[in-house]
Amino acid sequence: MTVGLFIPCYVDQFYQEAAIATLQLLKKFVDKVVFPPNQTCCGQPMANAGFEHLTQGCNNLFIKNFSSFDYIVCPSASCVLHIKHHLHSHENEALATSLRTKVYELVEFLTDILKINKLEARFPFKVGLHQSCHGLRGLYLSQMSEVVSPQFSKPLQLLNMVEGLEMVTLDRLDECCGFGGTFSVAEEAVSVKMGKDRVTDHTKNGAEYITSSDLSCLMHIEGILHRKKSPVKIIHIAEILNAAL
Amino acid sequence: MITNSVKDHAELSEIFIKDEERVDWHDGSLWWIRQKRDKSANQIPEWETLRETASAIKDNVISNLHQYLLQFEESALKNGVKVHWAADAEEHNAIVYSILKAKEITQMVKSKSMLTEECRLNEYLNERGIDVINSDLGEYIQQIDNEPPSHIVLPCIHKRKEEIGELFHEHLGTEKGLSDPTLLTRVARKHLRNIFLSRRGALTGVNFAIAETGEFVVCTNEGNADMGAHLSEVHIASMGIEKIIPERKHLGVFLRLLARSAIGQPITIYSSHFRKPREGQEMHIILVDYGRSRQLGRVDFRNSLKCIKCGGCMNTCPVYRKSGGLSYHNTISGPIGAILAPNLDMKKHADLPFASTLCGSCSNVCPVKIDIHEQLYKWRQVIVKEGYVDNTKKLSMEAMATTLSSPRLYRMAGNAGRWLMKNFPFTINNKFNPWFKQRDMPGAKKQSFKTWYAKNNG
Repeated sequence: MTVGLFIPCYVDQFYQEAAIATLQLLKKFVDKVVFPPNQTCCGQPMANAGFEHLTQGCNNLFIKNFSSFDYIVCPSASCVLHIKHHLHSHENEALATSLRTKVYELVEFLTDILKINKLEARFPFKVGLHQSCHGLRGLYLSQMSEVVSPQFSKPLQLLNMVEGLEMVTLDRLDECCGFGGTFSVAEEAVSVKMGKDRVTDHTKNGAEYITSSDLSCLMHIEGILHRKKSPVKIIHIAEILNAAL
Repeated sequence: MITNSVKDHAELSEIFIKDEERVDWHDGSLWWIRQKRDKSANQIPEWETLRETASAIKDNVISNLHQYLLQFEESALKNGVKVHWAADAEEHNAIVYSILKAKEITQMVKSKSMLTEECRLNEYLNERGIDVINSDLGEYIQQIDNEPPSHIVLPCIHKRKEEIGELFHEHLGTEKGLSDPTLLTRVARKHLRNIFLSRRGALTGVNFAIAETGEFVVCTNEGNADMGAHLSEVHIASMGIEKIIPERKHLGVFLRLLARSAIGQPITIYSSHFRKPREGQEMHIILVDYGRSRQLGRVDFRNSLKCIKCGGCMNTCPVYRKSGGLSYHNTISGPIGAILAPNLDMKKHADLPFASTLCGSCSNVCPVKIDIHEQLYKWRQVIVKEGYVDNTKKLSMEAMATTLSSPRLYRMAGNAGRWLMKNFPFTINNKFNPWFKQRDMPGAKKQSFKTWYAKNNG
């Protein structure tokens, strides 16, 4: 099995630790993990702002970089969802369609494809799980609180394998943090208020770390924590799952 | 979004959010309702099947609307009801006026009807010497405060009981400082009772109109629609053409969903069926298009017409809860308002589809499974293509797209981190970027993952 590692632009620049942890984690279970060096961005920042018509260049580049792999894995639910919904090609739509089915967010790849049931990891801290909306309501990584259906949670399934980790219970299990791409600046007041309220839910329930499978949410949450000089830290789920014993 | 003197959602929200304690109270009240909704939905094991069924019935309705409307008209006429067709708000208002004028009615009582709010019926009739009193308590409070409803089910949810006490003191002569909800409600009831007894004309909304029987159903918790209609000589029912359901047997599906989705109540206290006028009474139904057939023609947006106006999407929407309904500057606020409003006036409402994080909670609570957040995304594409975004945004998006499409340009932009910090909307590091008002950025690292990978795996 050959996995193409898809690292979103902002993760590449701001959150190398998460990208490295993703790579190391995947290598524990997969023979060959390759990072195509010419990748840039999935195109979502433009598309969600109403400029999807400008994203064909990003789509073409994605197809060029990732067409030779069995699976494409990415530590960002939001970027994966964008590719799954919006990757198209003028030249070879069949190829684009097949790539849309091969792209996986890291957590779902570990639980659904690799079906791992044991992890050698230790993280002796109190952790709050932030469900990214795109991971939750787009990729169905967990059951959604609005829906009347049996409960499940792929991130918790993995986090429960980590030694020493204690999950904190939140008052609102899956409320949006308010990042929303360009929403975070176009609607600054609402975005920050939503973020502050999410942060409070985690801190008042005793979280030392806030984790998620989406770093875009965490970047927004971290920005608020940092400005408040809070001791609470953010950490990508891959870093916890890869944390040394 | 578009620069004009009218404030957009972002600006109005910023004003609302200044009073953080009030925002927390507003958010908490609506979240409590969302939790009530969850509890009552979870008591119905077949809840998701019920939503699926309602959605399918409404899909059938909007696909065969023409036929169902004609069937409804025929059935209603047989029942002795007068049926009118209105293409737009102006026609609707003129019809109401002509009905009242023929009877020399100068005072009318009106139960909750978002359609007539959209048509600005009260203003229209006032200008022609007809006095209208809203009989739904929330709408009545909004009316005496001269403010539009902020929520389609809970029109004054943004007002605290002390503010309502103050309004009652000013308009109804209650004791200053009285804010007990029960006592205030009693005062309003007594006042409205006199109005019900003296009004010869009553207008109600319509929740469901049944094509098979020609009857219509009005759902209220206060019984105000019944009281108005039963005491009047003329009953006018105004309905959007999408309110049709094919047969009476379908009604149960919607009545089980409506109040549970709206406020977590098994059913509204009153689900009143109106079929024919009582002796000596006139009954009119006005079927109003007002942009609905245009929306029907928009393939990506047509299923917004399935909406049964439960307001569930507002209660669950974190943006709505933190920004308040009035920040949407439209009669129908919240997520559903944001997908309906651009159809009526794209320029005026160009900001609304952007007033969302696309979190998707709205689509999950919607009892008729409208893909609200996906339509918000699609409206953004339409609004940009129609040119209703400012030029700076357009230019920056074009520059981003060009650079991100080419690894060569991306590299030429130098350290990609520096490029990102200069070009990504949320990372541009200067004092004009709203990101930094209340947040920090992690800051680009010395080496990117790309560089690390080349060194360690190359």
